[in-house]
This record gives sequence, C-alpha cells and structure tokens, in this order.
Amino acid sequence: MKSWNELRELRASAAKEIALRNPGASAAAGSERLHVLVCAGTGCTSSSSALIMEQMQQQLTARGLDQEVRVIKTGCFGLCQKGPIVAVYPDKIFYCHVKPDDVGEIIEQHFIGGQPVKRLEMNDIDEITQEKIFDIDKIRFYAKQQRIALKNCGQLDPENIREYIARDGYEALAKVLHEMQPQEVIDEIKKSGLRGRGGGGFPTGVKWQFAADQPAGDKYVICNADEGDPGAFMDRSILEGDPHAVLEAMAIAGYAIGAQQGYVYIRAEYPIAVKRLQIAIGQAKELGLFGEHILGTDFSFDIEIRLGAGAFVCGEETALIQSIEGKRGMPVPKPPFPAVSGVWGKPTIINNVETYANVAQIILKGSGWFSAIGTEKSKGTKVFALGGKIVNTGLVEIPMGTTLREVIYEIGGGCPNGKKFKAVQTGGPSGGCLTVEDLDTPIDFDNLIALGSMMGSGGMIVLDEDNCMVDVARFYMEFIVDESCGKCTPCRVGTKRMLELLTDICEGRGTMETLDELETLGKMIKDTALCGLGQTAANPVLSTLRLFRDEYEAHVKEKRCPAGVCKKLLHYSIDPEKCRKCSMCARNCPVGAISGVPGQKPYVIDHDKCIKCGACMETCRFGAVKRD
Amino acid sequence: MGKLNEQSVQVIDRIVDRHRGRLGPVKLMLHDVQKELGYIPFEAMEKIAAASGVSAAEVYGVVTFYTQFTTEPKGKHVINVCMGTACYVKGSADLLQRICDLTGTKVNQTSADGLFSLDATRCLGACGLAPVAILDDQVYGNATSSTALEDRIKAIIKTESGVQ
Amino acid sequence: MTKINLKINNIPVQAEPGSTILEAARAAGIQIPTLCYLKDVNKTGACRVCTVEIKGAKSLGAACVYPVSEGMEVFTNSQRALEARKHTVELILSNHCGDCLSCIRNQNCELQKLAQQLGIRKVRYEGEKTPPTFDEVAPGIVRDTSKCVLCGRCIETCKKVQGLGILSFINRGFNTKVAPVFDKSFNDVNCMQCGQCVNACPVGALFEKEDIHRVIEALNDPDQHVIVQTAPAVRAALGEEFGLPIGTRVTGRMAAALRRIGFDRVYDTNYAADLTIMEEGHEFIERVQHQGVLPMITSCSPGWIRYCEFEYPDLLEHLSSCKSPHMMFGAILKSYYAQTHNLDPRKITVVSIMPCTAKKAEVVRPEMRKDGVADVDVVLTTRELGRLIKMYGINFENLPDEDFDQDMFGQYSGAGVIFGASGGVMEAALRTVKETLENKPLDSLDFTVVRGMEGVKTAELEVAGMQVKVAVASSMSCAKPLLDEIRAGTSPYHFIEIMGCPGGCINGGGQPIINASIRNGFKPIDWKKERAKALYDEDALQSVRKSHENPQIIALYDQFLKEPGSPLAHELLHTTYSKKERFK
Repeated sequence: MKSWNELRELRASAAKEIALRNPGASAAAGSERLHVLVCAGTGCTSSSSALIMEQMQQQLTARGLDQEVRVIKTGCFGLCQKGPIVAVYPDKIFYCHVKPDDVGEIIEQHFIGGQPVKRLEMNDIDEITQEKIFDIDKIRFYAKQQRIALKNCGQLDPENIREYIARDGYEALAKVLHEMQPQEVIDEIKKSGLRGRGGGGFPTGVKWQFAADQPAGDKYVICNADEGDPGAFMDRSILEGDPHAVLEAMAIAGYAIGAQQGYVYIRAEYPIAVKRLQIAIGQAKELGLFGEHILGTDFSFDIEIRLGAGAFVCGEETALIQSIEGKRGMPVPKPPFPAVSGVWGKPTIINNVETYANVAQIILKGSGWFSAIGTEKSKGTKVFALGGKIVNTGLVEIPMGTTLREVIYEIGGGCPNGKKFKAVQTGGPSGGCLTVEDLDTPIDFDNLIALGSMMGSGGMIVLDEDNCMVDVARFYMEFIVDESCGKCTPCRVGTKRMLELLTDICEGRGTMETLDELETLGKMIKDTALCGLGQTAANPVLSTLRLFRDEYEAHVKEKRCPAGVCKKLLHYSIDPEKCRKCSMCARNCPVGAISGVPGQKPYVIDHDKCIKCGACMETCRFGAVKRD
Repeated sequence: MGKLNEQSVQVIDRIVDRHRGRLGPVKLMLHDVQKELGYIPFEAMEKIAAASGVSAAEVYGVVTFYTQFTTEPKGKHVINVCMGTACYVKGSADLLQRICDLTGTKVNQTSADGLFSLDATRCLGACGLAPVAILDDQVYGNATSSTALEDRIKAIIKTESGVQ
Repeated sequence: MTKINLKINNIPVQAEPGSTILEAARAAGIQIPTLCYLKDVNKTGACRVCTVEIKGAKSLGAACVYPVSEGMEVFTNSQRALEARKHTVELILSNHCGDCLSCIRNQNCELQKLAQQLGIRKVRYEGEKTPPTFDEVAPGIVRDTSKCVLCGRCIETCKKVQGLGILSFINRGFNTKVAPVFDKSFNDVNCMQCGQCVNACPVGALFEKEDIHRVIEALNDPDQHVIVQTAPAVRAALGEEFGLPIGTRVTGRMAAALRRIGFDRVYDTNYAADLTIMEEGHEFIERVQHQGVLPMITSCSPGWIRYCEFEYPDLLEHLSSCKSPHMMFGAILKSYYAQTHNLDPRKITVVSIMPCTAKKAEVVRPEMRKDGVADVDVVLTTRELGRLIKMYGINFENLPDEDFDQDMFGQYSGAGVIFGASGGVMEAALRTVKETLENKPLDSLDFTVVRGMEGVKTAELEVAGMQVKVAVASSMSCAKPLLDEIRAGTSPYHFIEIMGCPGGCINGGGQPIINASIRNGFKPIDWKKERAKALYDEDALQSVRKSHENPQIIALYDQFLKEPGSPLAHELLHTTYSKKERFK
C-alpha cells in the first residue's frame, strides 16, 4: 500500500469479512451465516482448543457447512477459568469448558438446529432478575470491564491482518503520518495522561518527549514484552490476541521520537505470542505498513523481535537493553536514562505491551476521550490478571478507580469453596499486599503505592485463609534470590540473607529479633540497591510484616503457622479415642513413622520420623488424625 | 570434553554465519544453537566468540546468566513445572516433589537415564489453569486435581525406560 | 563549559559538567569510600559502598556513577548513608571467607581497610556462602573466589588493558562468580598470566602463585648453590613494599638484602639484558641484511609470547628467537658458570626476582630446559621478595647500599637497566645496532622518542644510511593494531618492541600493588612514570651505557660464546615458539 486511501479501501473490503461479529449484525457478506470464535490463547490451547478447532472444521466440511459457518482462531477471551471457550456470532453465545467431544453436538443442535447447547453455556445469573444471562456483554465477568487494551482480544483472528485493519487497524498510524507533526503526537499522548503499564507508572508522553528532544540520529523504540511478574499474563494475551495493536503503536512512537527501528523484547517462554508477532510483522511488511516510506510518506520504520532467555531482571529497562545487545542482563545505573542513552548507546524509549495497546485508540479517539476514563492522576483502564484463590481466574480490564471489591467479588466471583478472603497481592515480587480493609479503595497507581503496594504489571493474586503470609513472603524472596542478577551487593547478598531469615521463621528458628533484622535489612536494600527491581525486592516482606505481623509473631513466639502451611511447624497426632486401629495411616505413611497393632493398639506417630506430609490425615476415614 | 560431532559443528557454523555482522549477535546465535542442538556446547561458545568479537568467557557469562541456555544436553522429555505465584499458592511445590519422585530426577537436572529433564520455571502465564506443568510442549493445567500429567509420565517410563 | 554548582556536606562545590559526585567530592577534598570503582577501568556502581544521600532522591545513589547536576545537595556522611555503607560492607563480609590472618593481602586489603574505616565490629549477617572455586593449577596466578567481592575490576582490566577478556562474571545472583570460560583454570585458557588482574584485585581473590618456600628450601640445602638475579624493574618498586615513596630506587639495598638472605651469588639480570641486546641486535642485523622476516618483534615478555602463541600463531616467525634476559642468564649460569666453578648444573638453583607473574609460567616451558635441567628454577615476584625480606627479619629501610657480585656478571650497562620500562629494549637495541652498523660512536645515547608511558610509540631513524622504522607497544590492546598490520601485510616497521603490561615491566603483574586509594586518589600519582624515571636515572648514572661495551659481556663472548649468533649462543640463548590452542 502506498497511500492512506489504499488502506481505507482495504478496510472497507475487510470490514465485510467480519461484519457478522459487529453488534446488531444480521445479514452478512456472502453465504456466511455464523462465525465461531475459538480461543487460541495459551490457557485454552493447553486444554485442547486446537483440537476443538480442528474437529469443528472437519465436521463442518464433512457436512458441507464450511461455507456457512466460519471457524476463527482468536486471542484470549480473558475468562481462562472457563476455557476452552467458544463464542458464536452473531448469536452471542458463549460456550465454556468445551471438549472436543462436544463439537458434534454444537454443530447439530446449534448451528443446524438453531438451539444453543445449554449445558455448555456460561452459567451466570443476573442478580436482580435472577435470570440466566446469555449475552456475552452482560455476563458479569465482562459487565464491569471496559476493554481498551483488550479491545480486539477474543474478537479477531490475530494471524489475519485484514481483520485488524477492518477494526480501524493502522488508521491511527496513517493519521499521525499524514495529519500530525511528531510533537503533536507526543502532546496528544501527554494530554491523555497515559502512564506506563509495566510497573512504575511513568507518564508515557514525557518519556517520549525526552527521546524526541535528543539530537536527531539513530533512535530506537522498544516494546518490553518480558512479562516476568509471576501471576501476570496480560501482555502475553495482548500479543497473542492483538499483536498489530502493539506494532502499530510502536510505529507511532517511532514517528513521534524520530526512530526508524523497533525491537520487541519478548520472553522465549511465550512461543505462541512470538509466532503471532512474527506473522503480524510479516503481514504488515507485506502490505507496506512497515519498511521504507510507509503509506507513501517519508517515514520508514522496521521492527525486529529479540527473545529473552529466562531472566526476570530483563524486565528492568536497562537490563533489557543489555540483553538486546546480547550481553548478560545486568542493569546499569541511571542516569543516563535510556531516552538519552539506550540500546547501542542511542536514545531509546521502552514501553510495555499494554501501554502500547492504548496508543492507537488515543490517537483515533482523542486524548480527551481517554483522560475522561479513570481517576485524577491515573487515566484510562488497567488490565489485571486475576489468579490464586478466586473463582474467575483470568484477565480483566477495568477503568482506573474501580474498587478492589468490585474486581474480586463482582468480576472475580470471590474466593472459591467458601473460604475467607485474606489478602490480594499486587505488583508481584516488587509489590505488596492489600487486605480486607483496602477492599473499597479505588485502584490506581497512587493509591496502591500509598497502601504500600504497587500496580506493577497488574498481577492480582488472591490469597485466602489457607495461605500463610510468611510463606508467601518467603516465596517472593526465593523468587528474587533466584532472579537477582548478582551485580549489586544489597540485592545479591542482602536478599539471600533475607530469605535465610524467612526460612528460619518458617522452620521454627526465628525469634523476635529475626523480625527486626528482616525489617532493617529490607529497608536497607530498598535504599541502596542499584536497580528498580532490587530496590523493591523487599516490598513483599515489608508489606506482610506490617499487615500480618501477628502471623509472623505466631511463627516466632508460638512456633505455629496459623494457616497450617509451614511444614516444619506442623504437628500431627492421632487421637487414640477416635482411632479405629485400622492401620490405613501406617500403611500410607511414606517414612514408616506410624506404629500400632491392627485391631488392637491405637496408632501413634513418631515425631522424629514424621515429615509432615499429611498423608495420614488424608487417608484416615475417621478423623482421628489432628494437625496443629 | 568430548569432541563434538561433525554434524553439530556444521549446525553451529551455519548459525554463526546467519547472524554474523548483525548488531549484538551473541544471544541471537545462542538462541539458535540452543534450539537446534538442545544445548550449547563449548565449541559453539568458541565460534560465537570468534565471530562476534567478544571473549569466550563473556559468551559463557551470557550462557550461564540465562536459565534457558544449557551447557549440557537435555533429557529426552522435558518437564517444566510452573513456580509462578498463582501456581505456588495452588500447590505447585508439592506437584514438583511428586514429579521428582516419579521420574527420579532432581529439580533443574536430568535423570540418570537421560529420559527426563525437570525444570522449575518462572510463571508460564497460564495462571488460570494453576498449577501448570508442561511436558514436551503440552501444557497440563489444574495438575493437582488431574492425573493426566502423571499418567503421561508413567506411560513414558513404561514404554521407554531401558529402551535407550 | 560552565561549571556545575552543587553542595556536598553543605560545602559549595563546583564540578565539571558530566562529572560524577565522586569526582566532584574528590576534587573538593572530600573522601567517599569506594570498592568496585577503579579510575579509568571500572565504573559500574555495583558494590554500593560509595552510596550517598542525595536530597530529593528516593533512594541513595552510588557516588561513583551518579552525575552531578546544578543545585544538587549531597550528604556523604549522613547517618542514613553511613549506616547503608556499613550494612553493605557487612553483607559482603557475610559472603567472604574471612580468613584475614592467613590471607596474602592481610594489611594490604581494600575490604579490610573499609571494614576498619567504617568501624565494623560485628558482622550482623551470616549464612550460606557462594560455593567457591580455588584454582592454583596455573604456574603464575591463583584464583580463590571465596575472597572475591565481585567488583569486576579484574574483568575490566583484562578486557581493557589486554583486550582479552579472560575473565567474566558467570552464573547469576548469589551464585555469581568471576571466572574464565567454563570456570576453567587460568592454565587451560588463553590467559597470558600477565597478572594485571592481580594488581587490580582489591582483596586476595587473585594473587601470584607463591614460591617462597622453594627458595627457602634451596637455601637450606647444603648441596645447592643458590644464585639470585633481579630484573631491572624490581629495584624501581621494591621499596614500596617497605613504605618508601613510589619511584624510590633501592638497587643497593636490594642487593644487600639478598646477600643477607644467604644467596651464594647475587647478580643483576641487567647483565643478561646486555647479553640479550648482543643476540637480538645481531639477529636484527641478520634479518635486515639477509631478507629475513620483518618486522622483528622483541621476545622479552613472556606474557606477550603466550599471547602471540594463542592469538597470532601465524606471526611467530616475527618473534626474535632470543630467550628473555633472565632465561639467558639462567642458561649461562648452568653452563659457563657451572663449568668455570666446577659445579654440577643440577646443583645450581637459579632464582629470578621478577616484576612478573608470567615469568613463573615461562620457566616451566619445556623449551627452557637443557638435558632435563631448567635454565631458571624459581621465579619470585617483587611482592614475594618483599615478603621474603620481611620473613627474614631484615631491616630493609636501614640497609646499606651494596653492589651485586662483581666476579663474572656483576657489571651492566645503562642500556640493560632501561629494559624495565616500555621502550627500553628498543632504545638499548638501537644504541648497539646503530653504533655497530655505523661503526662510529653515537652522538647521543638518548632515544627519547621511544620513552614515555604512551601505549604505542613509533619512530623513524637513520641507521647506516637506511631509514629504520620502529614501534613500541605495551599491553596487548595497544599491540593488537600493530599485529593486525603485520598480518595484513601493511606493517611499515622493521623492529617492534612489545611488552605485555602497560608501561612495561615496571608495571608488571608481580609488582607491588598500587591500591585504588592511590589510583583513584585526590592527586593521582602516575606510578608507572615514577618507576620508569628511577630506571632512566640509573641509566644516566652508568659509566657504560651501551650493551656491547659491557666488559663482562665482551669477556663472555671471548671466552665462551665466541660471537653473537654463534652455534653455542643459539643452543643456549635462543628458543622456539609454537602455536597453542586457546582452550584445553
């Protein structure tokens, strides 16, 4: 394509191809009657969505329906808990937990018979009317959401650029190239109030301005897709479901700062996302949307993928740059900031996937539209990955300012099995915990920081009464110790020492002094570490120490783990009154720690041998085994 | 160190030539060698060093920094157990232990018979299915309640152990 | 450019734009402790010892890397900064083996000094330590990672000075170590064993392989006739081991000390340097006159020889076939000296005091033996000699100046002395070659064009009507361009001097360690220049300043070797080289 007009023409023809999915669509192009969207995100793929798609296609072809019903592979719908998910348009039917064996029934009953397969439909009851909800948009999981970054996820085929173009794809790029000066682009982003979605929340437009202000010459645009926070997977879903949105934004950023080359730095652990990016870049290049003289303008821009290789620290921007350069991913001190001296020593901007996913829409709909969403200082929406002890695990995108309660209870459905909510961990290894008391706080960058946590990349791990907060803190510290690059002393040695102190506490060797030491050391690491990751490494510990000090104290004073998680502090015993002398426990004990005489002598546990695995408790049918 | 076979040497040479002259080629080459040979032999580091103008020690420094690069061949079947937060709070540590026992492998090592490599990995981003494990690129979700993964491992042991 | 105004500890300070807080503070006379920082070599902000409080910043900043800015307010000694510094050093100590009393760097250790300076009385943290590597396989250098503080100074030194990068950080996090590829021994990789990394190490993680015990053994063996020789550069630095100012020449006291230790003969390698000039000068003239391989490159520096065998094996024929001076001396001692004294060469122990760790690797080369007898038996570094003198309780500072033994080899020319500084071999050779070819006394003996501490020096001189182009390089990063020219066939030079260490032997890897406090100090001392000056001063004092005029050299040829390049000279004084695989 050599012009904006050509792009518009292409859009007009492509729009017909997806018209069935538009709201209120009835008549479709050609003979197509139904679009069947099968989720091909990582979650659903792992529960055989590929097989479902294959079976669907085969059976449709066999029945001669393949002209009427089109099967489309899409990105993540967000509701991973219910996967694999199949959505049918224009009927707006949402099937959950679909198995390959269900395909025949869906075709027979729904596609041919016109009657949706009730037992597979999303089971959601409207609170007021008490009626079952069928319409996708009204399903409670989605009703509170506002999808900007996830706009196209689950709506289109990420491996077909025509579908992206049909949904206004590359229109924003065409617009900036033809109608806006680079500074105007930056101003628009600044006015929108968009802040970095990767962790720090730095204003995106300001970052771009720094790079734009550097003398002309080689500059670079990087997309940080090294999503590493355990429990966060929104970037992966965006790249899998809507790769072009990110690529288009990178080109816009390139135009704004005067860069001609972009890199997507992505974890090698995301093979599907990598593949879709490769396809997307290839298709965009073929259409002339990347390369020389894009859409007939003087602007040239190219994008290359660089793979991560398993190092969390590479999510830190200076480490990421080192890694792109082929080196050990060890952060370097700032200043100078990457906007001044980044990859290959040139001015570089680095934004995260979700940040980019907002850009094209800001350009098209205007900064005013975007800044109307959210809170005073946090504009727009944020995607969260709900995980842990929550009914609806998955991805949700909510306007900034939504309360935690809305996210956890209304969207997420609360803790499963009637367990009591204890805390939600946000910000991953750099973040902290929020408790019941924080449920009504509107979520935005500044509120989370004020509460001693942070937005981070948006992982939200829900913890219930069965989770030990000391154990959770220890988990994060272990993660940090594994992932510390080893460059600076506080992080390399300090986090190791913190982990040792935490292990002492979990294993009954801790004292009240251990808690003080932990706190002092944590604060010291925060104050002295070289990079952002090191400086925040102690946060999960400091946060739990502050909020759940009683749990820590139970570990050190009473040598007791209230949640019953820390094995070394557990104590199993058999109630001789309840013991029926059946010998089941003894036979299931992996270390032979239980003795007794079948039918004669009650069984007892030898505590020196017991490894606290809990097998006896699980096997005892009479509730004779106690844990305390 | 044993000498590398001719075929592998050719693979390395081809990879090195593919990326020669590119900016920051070391990791690009390492990725391809890891992918094609399953590990990064010493000879590859030497050749990569020579072609990219950094020292062999530095290449080795890069290899040992990233967990996805290995200097020894992986087992025939690779199992990754996710140790991300969502999986951890849903019991992935226990899952890992069970798989250790089942395969006779230690974490981040290869079993003596070369049948399995077992890695505890960072968040695989499939938190909705926690706890998650991957065996030979097949993802197994909800691996505490489902026995699919363990069944598959047992099947592998039954059919392949001792066959090598 | 306008200066930046800032305040450090409430004192107004002006600094150059682009300078760091550390630089600004030092310029203003304010000391901030450092560990990983090494001026011009390592500036990574890794150790966090130099953290300071910066007003308005949310965390502390590392002064060594943090750029100054207008209006900045810095507090180097606030309680927060002091406490952080202390914690940091304690954390380092918690992963440090801590056997200070038996450490080679005891009392000369930067970490020890820091702990002392910060008033650390108890290390608050204890726990697991990183599994260490101890490598003492290589003849020259020992690596003990249990003491390593991961400052990276050695890594950067090897990379920047030698362009080699033998060392790198390996693994990550708490398992990070500094190691050669595959954590191999220095012996099994393309390491020159120059010891520059040792000189950069703030602690005892890298050090020379000690051979003092072998010397003591020989001295106490009644059957052994023990001869010591000292390289020119040693006299310019040994005094530092005893607290004398850098550049103090201690030739006479050193000879006195060696005699008191009990060596049977105390000689000066300078004599052999003169011998080297005779052979090398002759070889050069031969090559020029008989279309031999040019440029010819000097072969005195065993680090350089190793480098050439690893990295430029195609250029080995450019190397002079001459052994290095102390090896020549050893060969003469075990042949001519043995004969004249009616001694079994097996009963002679030759000890060389060298500024060099690579010399320890040189003496074990198979080419350096004759009939199973090594030319030189033991090499001690300057530092080891310092320790030996202390061990023997000799009051070095108050020793009288004494001469070397004058019997056969005690005399040396000024040309021999300057071997210890970069350009010295070239200058010495030029004195002899020019005078020999022109057959008339030189107008001036000082070829100052090849003097100085620059990495590469070139000159063009007229010698007997011919334009001779020479080049002098010290350190491999400086030599590399010259070698690449030769490889490409474009080298304009006839004669090149290459020394392994920057500035030549005076800055060798076996010399007293110049601590970071001096290298980074308020008024940095150019220690290389000071030490070189000591040698040029000694040259100027000599009555004989040309190698071929050394009467004892003339006598050696008359009575034994016949003439330079004679078959006997070749047998004893020349050697061969061979390509070496980089990795074992």
